[in-house]
Amino acid sequence: MSVKFAVVVFPGSNCDHDSYHAATAVLGQQAECIWHKDTSLKGADVVILPGGFAHGDYLRTGAIARFSPIMRAVGDFAARGGPVLGICNGFQVLLESGLLPGAMLRNRDVRFHCEQVHIRVEQADTPFTAAARTGQVLQMPVAHGEGNYYAAPEVVRELEAARRVVFRYCDADGRVSDEANPNGSVNGIAGVCNEARNVVGLMPHPERACESALGSADGLVLFESVVRALAHAGAVK
Amino acid sequence: MIDPQVLERHGLKRDEYERIVTSLRREPTLTELGIFSVMWSEHCSYKSSRIHLKKLPTKGPRVLQGPGENAGAVDIGDGLAAVFKIESHNHPSFIEPYQGAATGVGGIIRDIFTMGARPIALLNALRFGPLDGPHGARTRRIMDGVVRGIGGYGNSIGIPTVGGEIAFDEPYDGNPLVNVLCLGIVNADALVKGKASGSGNPVYYVGAKTGRDGIHGATMASAEFDEKSAEKRPAVQVGDPFMEKLLLEACLELMATDALIGVQDMGAAGLTCSTCEMGSRGGAGIEIDVRHVPQRETGMTPYEIMLSESQERMLLVVKKGREAEVEAIFEKWDLHASHIGEVTTDGLMRVKDHGQVVAEIPNTALVDEAPLYDRPTAKPSYIDEARALDLTSLPRVDPGDALLRLLASPAIASKRWVYRQYDTMVRTNTLAAAGMSAGVVRVKGTRRALAISTDGNGRYCYLNPRRGAMLAVAEAARNVACAGGVPIGATNCLNFGNPERPEIMWQLVEAIEGIADACRALDVPITGGNVSLYNETDGKAIYPTPIIGVVGLVEDASRVQTRVFKGTGDAVVVLGEDRGELGGSEYLKTVYGLVRGDAPALDLDRERALLTFVTSAIGDGLIRSAHDVSDGGIAVTLAECCFDTDGIGATIDLPSMPSVPPWSSCFSESASRIVISVEASTEQELLARAAAAGVPARRIGTTAGNRLTVTVNGTPAIDVAVAEAERIWSTAIEQYFKRVAA
Repeated sequence: MSVKFAVVVFPGSNCDHDSYHAATAVLGQQAECIWHKDTSLKGADVVILPGGFAHGDYLRTGAIARFSPIMRAVGDFAARGGPVLGICNGFQVLLESGLLPGAMLRNRDVRFHCEQVHIRVEQADTPFTAAARTGQVLQMPVAHGEGNYYAAPEVVRELEAARRVVFRYCDADGRVSDEANPNGSVNGIAGVCNEARNVVGLMPHPERACESALGSADGLVLFESVVRALAHAGAVK
Repeated sequence: MIDPQVLERHGLKRDEYERIVTSLRREPTLTELGIFSVMWSEHCSYKSSRIHLKKLPTKGPRVLQGPGENAGAVDIGDGLAAVFKIESHNHPSFIEPYQGAATGVGGIIRDIFTMGARPIALLNALRFGPLDGPHGARTRRIMDGVVRGIGGYGNSIGIPTVGGEIAFDEPYDGNPLVNVLCLGIVNADALVKGKASGSGNPVYYVGAKTGRDGIHGATMASAEFDEKSAEKRPAVQVGDPFMEKLLLEACLELMATDALIGVQDMGAAGLTCSTCEMGSRGGAGIEIDVRHVPQRETGMTPYEIMLSESQERMLLVVKKGREAEVEAIFEKWDLHASHIGEVTTDGLMRVKDHGQVVAEIPNTALVDEAPLYDRPTAKPSYIDEARALDLTSLPRVDPGDALLRLLASPAIASKRWVYRQYDTMVRTNTLAAAGMSAGVVRVKGTRRALAISTDGNGRYCYLNPRRGAMLAVAEAARNVACAGGVPIGATNCLNFGNPERPEIMWQLVEAIEGIADACRALDVPITGGNVSLYNETDGKAIYPTPIIGVVGLVEDASRVQTRVFKGTGDAVVVLGEDRGELGGSEYLKTVYGLVRGDAPALDLDRERALLTFVTSAIGDGLIRSAHDVSDGGIAVTLAECCFDTDGIGATIDLPSMPSVPPWSSCFSESASRIVISVEASTEQELLARAAAAGVPARRIGTTAGNRLTVTVNGTPAIDVAVAEAERIWSTAIEQYFKRVAA
């Protein structure tokens, strides 16, 4: 019994190999890279939209990707309750596609940041956090120039009220602060989910934090969560 | 039509023109003249350096591809090859820092995937003027642009920047250096060559459309700068990393079939260079019609099309009959492959415009018969005077204060502000990244890893180019060894001034011979590289700056080491011996503003023994950290070992040297030294093994507490809190850029 991951490959995706590697070599699950011009997810149990620069992103990050043929299948999959994880550029694509609310601004210092950060798990009732504890602090890298999450004040209030902020930037001890926020995101938001909680997007890179030799294995819990959640749901053949 | 003004505009000398007429047995057309001018430019033809470059050792049991192809390749076991090369983009980066640096990254990446390899690591060696000198504002703007450009390209295309180095000195004020190294991995039996063969095989053009940008870029890179250089901005190209990502993936997909004969990127001298070099390597001719070349602008002449240096373009020769398959792969990536010509048997580069021949030149005339100069050399008059150094005349400075000043000097300070702007981790291979002496990437599917370092010390080379170049090879090899890598191959980027001046030519020849001696002695063949001459502005040359990139093979990736102390109570041991050498040191420059004395001595046999010893000890798991002694001396080395540890300190006693002041022991830059830490229980075993290997080893202290305390022969010299020293070191560069908000 194993879970099948679909890793969507846009022409400018560059973390597709990394997600594939995490799902297969590290987790021992199945994975298939799905070209963005394809129209089928080929029976996948979980979908990952990986990091990168989907179509060069000279316009707005992820702005063109939502027109890729595969995104209709991703939308249908999400609507049926299938777990979808958007990482970095994948998160941006989910925002542009309307699968998640909000938008990304350039980092507040207008520079690209690549560094290890800490995030706090705010909600453990999504398929990607089911194996984590609420309040658990995870270390993983960020690598982005446009990760400054923004949404209108009423949208942020609604997200907070509905417990849809899944990850928040924090320090090593779990304290949320301006210093621990690498990009200026409103309320320190690092990741959010949709209303049905099956679609999650985050800017940090859990797939880069699955082996301690790379600096952290804290990201594994996101992948283990979805494997466990699918097993519980009896969704896995 | 071809008068002296036309020749001057093309950077051709009268006698070079006469060679062209002899080669062609007629007067060239203007298009042909343009083609000759770029192919015979210093940048493309290496006409001043070629006879000396032959002195470099280029062969070895692991070398699969030496100089002459798009990049070199070495065998790394498991049927795999590492493909790597370093290249400069100095001139464009001065004129337009962001695009100059970005296209430098793009160019070297193309050289690597053109060989069939997937690029997995980038490094860059940068040189700027002082951040706070009279030209500080301009320098900060240039550095900011270069850093953004490197990040903008590498981050987008998804290749991690895992290392490199940056130094600051006045001679780079008007001529910064941007040298970029890229490394890729390929199955050793799947290396692709840049050759054209098989009469009638179609020639394809793929990638970005051709515009008027970059015309004569190669010629620009072969001339000095002056106050009018800004007018040359149109000769700098604009990079499109997304286009290159498409080309990269499509080319690798095509290379997985057997439809491809050869491929070359259009870098310097664009379509001209790729066409005649591919023809020349394959002993064939190529005929193209520029009508079929996709063009971004209207009304372009054959001259402009042939000389454009628009970025992200590739020339491919594929097997006849496989056209549909090839075109389908490029269509998948939304690229259009244009069939622009055929391979012929006549050895000619024939360029047509709507069927009319506009240029017809033997490939050999362009490539093999380019001028070759044995330019006169003369030892510069400054050297003897500059080498004189009297340490006793210097006023005493407290060694603790001196250490803090060194840690704050941009050359030594943490480059975190820079590398935080680079994606150092994409592809999830990075075991040690920027901030460590070497970048280390694992090779997925094997137990191995590759350690890569670039090094070069312009100050040493200014004082003693031969020794400085040898030291650059030794330091790069040592940095790789400190990570646990056995050096297996090297690439060089030779940055010098105007070779038509005998003093500059002397520096170049001395440096090349120094590199050759060091590479031979350390058994590290040079597999390729790049020469960048005419690095001068208003007649002032840069320091002679050979940059050496060394690749090391780590057999067991789990053993990779870094500079960082691992815990308290460990024995701190120095391998190698101090000789109290301060010539050309960072200490003299930072504390006294002096660039004087001779570069440190280098005993290549000792260096080799040291490298062998340290890599085997790391491989056997005996060593807990390793860091070479270089800029700033052992005091800086020790401080850096304490940094990134959450404040582990050390208590150290250094021996004093006769005939130099006692503080010299802290700041001397004597070569062939490595500071290691070992568990107290393995100290005796390690010292015994070192003795057996003939490597001097001496315990100098213990990791302890949260202060770095150094005495010299028992006399207190340095006592600083690690946290305070680290704060100074880690924020120094950022401070310069806070003052000038972007």
